[in-house]
Amino acid sequence: MTITNLAATNTAAAATPAARPDTVYFFGTCLVDMLYPEAGLAGMDLLRHAGVRVVFPEGQSCCGQPARNSGYVEEAREVARAQLDAFPGDIPIVVPSGSCAGMMKTHYAHLFEGDPDQPRAIAFAARIHELTAFLVNVLGVTLADKGAPVTVTWHPSCHSLREMGVGDEPKALLRQLANVTLVENSRERECCGFGGTFAVRQTAVSTAMVSDKLASVRETGAGTLLSGDCGCLMNIGGHAEKVADGTRCRHIAEFLMERCHGG
Amino acid sequence: MSAPPNTARDAILGRLKAAPGRPGPDLPPWTPPTYADKLARFRQMAEANHAEIHDVTAANWLERLATILNNRGVGRLMVAPGTPRGDALLRAAAQGVPLPTLVPYDQSVEVLKDALVHQVDAGLTGTRGAIAETGTLILWPTAQEPRLLSLLPPLHIAVLEEDTLHDTLAAVVRDQGWAAGMPTNALLISGPSKTSDIEQTLAYGVHGPKELIILLVRKEGE
Amino acid sequence: MVADGGMPPDHGPRFAERAPDALNNPQLRRNFRRAMDGLMAKRAAQFPDPAYWAELRERGAAVKARALSRLPDLLERLESRLTANGVQVHWAETTEEANAIVLGILQQAGARTVIKGKSMVSEEMHLNAHLERHGIEAVESDLGEYIIQLAGETPSHIVMPCIHKNKDEISDLFAEKIPGLERTGDVDELTAAARRVLRERFANADAGISGVNFAVAETGTLVLIENEGNGRLSTTLPPLHIAVTGIEKVVETLDDIPPLLALLPRSATGQPITTYVNMISSPRKAGEKDGPTAVHLVLLDGGRSRVYQDVELADTLRCIRCAACMNHCPVYTRVGGHTYNAIYPGPIGKILTPQLQGLDAAGDQPHASTLCNACAEVCPVKIPIPDLLVRLRREAVRPTETPATHLPVVKDGGAERSWTESLVWAGWRLVYTRPLLYRMVTRALAWGGNWVPANAPLMRDWTKARAKPRFKPRTLHDLARERGYLNEVPK
Repeated sequence: MTITNLAATNTAAAATPAARPDTVYFFGTCLVDMLYPEAGLAGMDLLRHAGVRVVFPEGQSCCGQPARNSGYVEEAREVARAQLDAFPGDIPIVVPSGSCAGMMKTHYAHLFEGDPDQPRAIAFAARIHELTAFLVNVLGVTLADKGAPVTVTWHPSCHSLREMGVGDEPKALLRQLANVTLVENSRERECCGFGGTFAVRQTAVSTAMVSDKLASVRETGAGTLLSGDCGCLMNIGGHAEKVADGTRCRHIAEFLMERCHGG
Repeated sequence: MSAPPNTARDAILGRLKAAPGRPGPDLPPWTPPTYADKLARFRQMAEANHAEIHDVTAANWLERLATILNNRGVGRLMVAPGTPRGDALLRAAAQGVPLPTLVPYDQSVEVLKDALVHQVDAGLTGTRGAIAETGTLILWPTAQEPRLLSLLPPLHIAVLEEDTLHDTLAAVVRDQGWAAGMPTNALLISGPSKTSDIEQTLAYGVHGPKELIILLVRKEGE
Repeated sequence: MVADGGMPPDHGPRFAERAPDALNNPQLRRNFRRAMDGLMAKRAAQFPDPAYWAELRERGAAVKARALSRLPDLLERLESRLTANGVQVHWAETTEEANAIVLGILQQAGARTVIKGKSMVSEEMHLNAHLERHGIEAVESDLGEYIIQLAGETPSHIVMPCIHKNKDEISDLFAEKIPGLERTGDVDELTAAARRVLRERFANADAGISGVNFAVAETGTLVLIENEGNGRLSTTLPPLHIAVTGIEKVVETLDDIPPLLALLPRSATGQPITTYVNMISSPRKAGEKDGPTAVHLVLLDGGRSRVYQDVELADTLRCIRCAACMNHCPVYTRVGGHTYNAIYPGPIGKILTPQLQGLDAAGDQPHASTLCNACAEVCPVKIPIPDLLVRLRREAVRPTETPATHLPVVKDGGAERSWTESLVWAGWRLVYTRPLLYRMVTRALAWGGNWVPANAPLMRDWTKARAKPRFKPRTLHDLARERGYLNEVPK
């Protein structure tokens, strides 16, 4: 019955003006590690170009979200505890995924309820930043576009929007790029239908959702869809590939690196 | 009086009382809106609710009402004897002022049901005041002015005094101390009966009045 | 994790199996999409100021949370105030008991026909069917409810019960079922036809039955909101009024009503207020000319007191039934209410149904969600629906028990337990908590992961609509080292 401890209020306060750090951790996420490593690398490179030292601890694996969302909370907690151990220093932890960031920022306190590590988990959560919000709000990066003219559209992940409170930041980064035209799609705030195991448990509904999402992308005429979450990209991009739609789905970090620093 | 044994009651309350306690939160502050020009807000919202507002005065309201009724071809108007407006109408009719046939709501619904359900074209009530925020009329039906008078006739005419406007429901409930004595039935009315159950298309008068006319009695000299 | 999962048998078609029927019905898809888009836009227009919305919903959530924290006390106060006001209060542990109570009151009054205002609790009770079995005719009078009663269907939405039907379908239905009515596609004419039929029903009904939106303990007042006037008619014109409600609808004071009223219609239909707010505190008093001479309130538990046992799950009981969660749900929008095969569809149903009916009957419902949080974002009383979905997923595989009774906290807790799944997650934990093992496994996947055939378990479901994900030859761990990124913060 606690009113203060609800998901909807846990939305991370956007843009708490933090002092500019000289060193940050990078939490790559398991999906990026295995399937989209170039997106993770681009994220780290962007931070390096912005003048901060990036540390990538080898002990990291996964935020624990897959198990938590499947109801296996103890397993999720143990994997989460391994992350507390892997990121010991009191410096920001930057995550190239709103969903994994949201898991750590908004759910760790509850995940560790009654556990001696809860204070450590709460302190850890406070250090979590989503990549694009960090670039804009903490580092205040300026980007110089070196690429050819291109039109793109944006897909915010549900958790970046509704857990991390990331709103305009990624689009603000894209607007800095002189040759990039950003066209908004009509159902930007609507879920793409990924939802982890949802995609395989509820195949039919998930397919309807991703197909609508891709249709709204196609309507924009942009050949490229950008997002900050590889789960969504795996889903929308996988669907685009399956139906041979031709839409390119890419992580925003990779896109920004390529445009501004030649990849 | 000893209550009869009620096992369901005892079982339900027993389970609830045995449940782990939980702290009740303090109510966080909430400041309902206030309006510099209550009348303007009321007018805007009531009209958005599809009510029709006619500005009248204490001197001319009856004459204006007669015109409105005549223009609409209202044949039978139900009124509440024992209320100031109802009595004024009944007196006027007796004095030969041209008005529709007045049907007094002077007996129980069981006696008057057929007239109420099928025969009257309009019903006239007073109001206890109104709420600017939402364009809402406040009615507390009484023995003299029964509940169905504002509901069964296809046209509801409500008389509202300008100086009984409140900002919000929160304000009127608090300022008038409603909790100290609620009537049998207290009503908030915001426009005529409506539905959008068919393809979200608005239609009026599905069960209650198809039209709501508010006679807004302005303060003298304005 | 489903295909091999040792699912419990005999739970009827599950959500995932029912969904294709709705998904493959383009008319139904269009009806819902159009309606939900409209409702979302109208709600958004009612809360233009985020700061005021935040303040108001904090208040609304706190009002309901405070009431729940004092629930047994408030129910007793409500009962004593209502009794003092002349309203007769009845308690029902189950829907069967509630049906028996309502039937008993009607039989004692010699009632043969009943007119009904909209009530989801009466749907929960399957009250109409029960009354009909005992020779009492119950006619729904809310236009949407009337339409689905004519069609022999159930509500597909808790606020707009016939939202799955379009005008053409309703035109056909009326022409077929209402004697003497020519087929018309005009909404005003359809509405007028319903008015004519139902006026007679109101005039001749021996009793009216309604739900309750809020019951005020302080004053003994039942608050009902509606647009049509059928709720007022049902509770005013017949000589007998029976209200049915869940025990969680009680609030403490009359001052608690304004914030809830400011939230409910705005969240539900994007209206600042409903046409009617009907506050009933007593039957007809001496000298009064109308109103029922007897008013009864039936308080239904129906599993709610069990929900109440768990402090986290009890947040479910804050619900004020506005339906904003379903209006904003990307799953509900696509499959509509009937796919849930439950009284309460959509996100609130996905947490309520498994708790009221048990995880054996409805353990799949919490999984019919992407946890996108759209519901939590709009809930006017801040129910953390996604968190409770996750909690119920957990209760379905690894139940917690109530200390006092040693029963699972949620009925049929553990019903979705699967050894295969447990093993998968145990293995996952092993790998993901040991950095060296994790590096070995991810390297192995980088080398051979793409050889997993498209028809392997899980991959088979994934690739129905999507290409196989591709493992990259070098992981981010590899690339980070190669690019010279540090492993730890230099001292």
